[in-house]
Amino acid sequence: MSGFIVSEIIIPVIKSVAVALFPLVMTVVMIWMERRVVALIQSRLGPNRVGFEGVLQPIADAIKLFFKEDIMHRGADRSLFNLSPVLTLFTSLLAFCFVPLGDSINVFGYTINLWVAESPVGLLLTLGISSISVFGVIFGGWSSNSKYPLLGGLRSVVQVLSYEIPIVLTVLSVVFFSHSISLVDIVASQKAEGMWYAFYLPVSFIVFWISAIAETNRAPFDLPEAESELVAGFHTEYSGMKFAYYYIAEYTHMVLASSLVVILFFGGWLPPFPNVEALSFLGYVPGFIWYLVKIMFFLYVFIWIRATFPRYRFDELIRLAWKWLVPLSLANVMAIALVRSLG
Amino acid sequence: MTDTQAAPSYILTKVDSFITWAQKNSLWPFGSGLACCAMEMIATAASHYDIARFGMELFRASPRQADLFIVSGTVTNKMAPVIRRLWEQMPDPKWVIAMGNCAISGGPFPTYSVLQGVDKIIPVDVYISGCPPGPQALLDGLILLQETIAKGHPTSVMFKDR
Repeated sequence: MSGFIVSEIIIPVIKSVAVALFPLVMTVVMIWMERRVVALIQSRLGPNRVGFEGVLQPIADAIKLFFKEDIMHRGADRSLFNLSPVLTLFTSLLAFCFVPLGDSINVFGYTINLWVAESPVGLLLTLGISSISVFGVIFGGWSSNSKYPLLGGLRSVVQVLSYEIPIVLTVLSVVFFSHSISLVDIVASQKAEGMWYAFYLPVSFIVFWISAIAETNRAPFDLPEAESELVAGFHTEYSGMKFAYYYIAEYTHMVLASSLVVILFFGGWLPPFPNVEALSFLGYVPGFIWYLVKIMFFLYVFIWIRATFPRYRFDELIRLAWKWLVPLSLANVMAIALVRSLG
Repeated sequence: MTDTQAAPSYILTKVDSFITWAQKNSLWPFGSGLACCAMEMIATAASHYDIARFGMELFRASPRQADLFIVSGTVTNKMAPVIRRLWEQMPDPKWVIAMGNCAISGGPFPTYSVLQGVDKIIPVDVYISGCPPGPQALLDGLILLQETIAKGHPTSVMFKDR
C-alpha cells in the first residue's frame, strides 16, 4: 500500500513541482547569463555588483518588480488585461509536461520517468500548447486599448502564423525517420539509429532553428516589441508583476524551443554517438546532465544571435518566411519522403 | 512616515531592508533624453563607463516599466507638461535625477521659454551639477541615489510631499 502511495501520489507531485520549477530556475540563470554575455560581446562588463559576479541580479529585479505599483489604466479591458500575462506564462510552463528531461532512473527501487506525462502525440501537444501562448500576446495588445500595444499584438499574429508552417513541416521530416510523434520515442529512435537526427536532416534543423527564434520573438525577429518603433510593443501598458510574467514567459519559451531542438535533432538525453563502443564511457554521465549541457548550448546561441544581428524589417521578416523557409521546408519534406519510401 | 510608528520588529525590519536592497540594485532608467546631457547619459551606458555594472542597463522605452527618470537636459515650458505626464505614468516607487544645470535651475537659459528647474513640476531625489556633468558624475549621482534608497523605507518615496 505504501508503495502505491509513493508511486501514484508522492512521485507525481514531486515531478509536477519540479517541472514547474525547472523553467523558472532556467529563466533566472538565463537572465543573468544573457546580460553578462551580451555585455562581454559588447566589450562591457555587465551586472557584477549584486552577489558573486552579479548572480543575484535577476533576484533583485524580480523582487523589485513584485513590489512595483500595478497600473490598470482606465481604457483597458480589465478581465482580458489581467488574463493575458497569465495565459502566456501558464501555457509555456504547461508545455513542459510532455518534455522528457532525461531517461528513466531508479531511486530506492522505484522507476522514475523524468517526464510528467507521456503521450503518444506529445510533440503535437507541445507545439499546440506553446502556440496558445501567442493568444496572451494578442489579447494583451488588444485589451491595452492603446495604439502601440495593438500594433505589437498584430505583428505578433502575423509572425507566429507565418513561422508555424515551416516548424510543422520540418517536424514532419523528423517524424518520417522516427515513425512516432511521442517525444520519448523520438529520442529512443535516435538511440536505435545510433546518430542524432541533425546529421541526417541538416536542412530541417536549420529551418527549425530559424523558425524557433522567430516563434519566441527573439532578436533579430523581435518585431512585436521593437523598441525603436513600438515603444515596448504589446507590453507597453503592463507594469510590475504582470510585465514580469511576460518577461519570464519569453525566457521559458526559449528554454522550450531549445529543448525541442535538442530532443528532435540532438538526441535529447543521449550522449554523443550512443552506439560507438569507444565512447561508451560517456554513457556514465546522467542523461539529465547531457540534456542540460545541450540546452545551455542552444540558449547561449540564442544570446549570441541577439548580440550579433540587427533587427529585420517587417516585410523582410514575412518574405523570409513565405519565400524561403516555407518552400525550402516543403521541398525538404518531399525529398525526405521520397528517400524514405525508396530506401 | 516611520517616525510616528513604534519601533518595528526585527523580521519586518529585515524584510524592509531586503526590499530596499532589491529596489536599489534594480533601478531601470526611463529611456528619455532631452538635450546635450543625454549624450553623457548614453556614454554612461556605453562600453567605457558601463552603467550595466549596477544592473541599470535596461533602459525601458515604456514609462510603465521604469523606476528612474533621469531628466537629462533643458526642460522647456513646452516640454514641461510632457515630462510631468511621463512621470505620472511611471508606477510607484519611482525616483527622479535632475542631471545638469538646466534641469536643476534652468542653467544658462534664464529665459521666458525655459522652465527654471524641473523640481517645479516633479519631485527630484538627486541633483547632479555640471554643464554637462560627465559620466563619472552621473555614476556618482546614481550611487548616491542607491545609498539613499538603502537608508529609507520601501514605501518612503511614495509618501513624499508632491
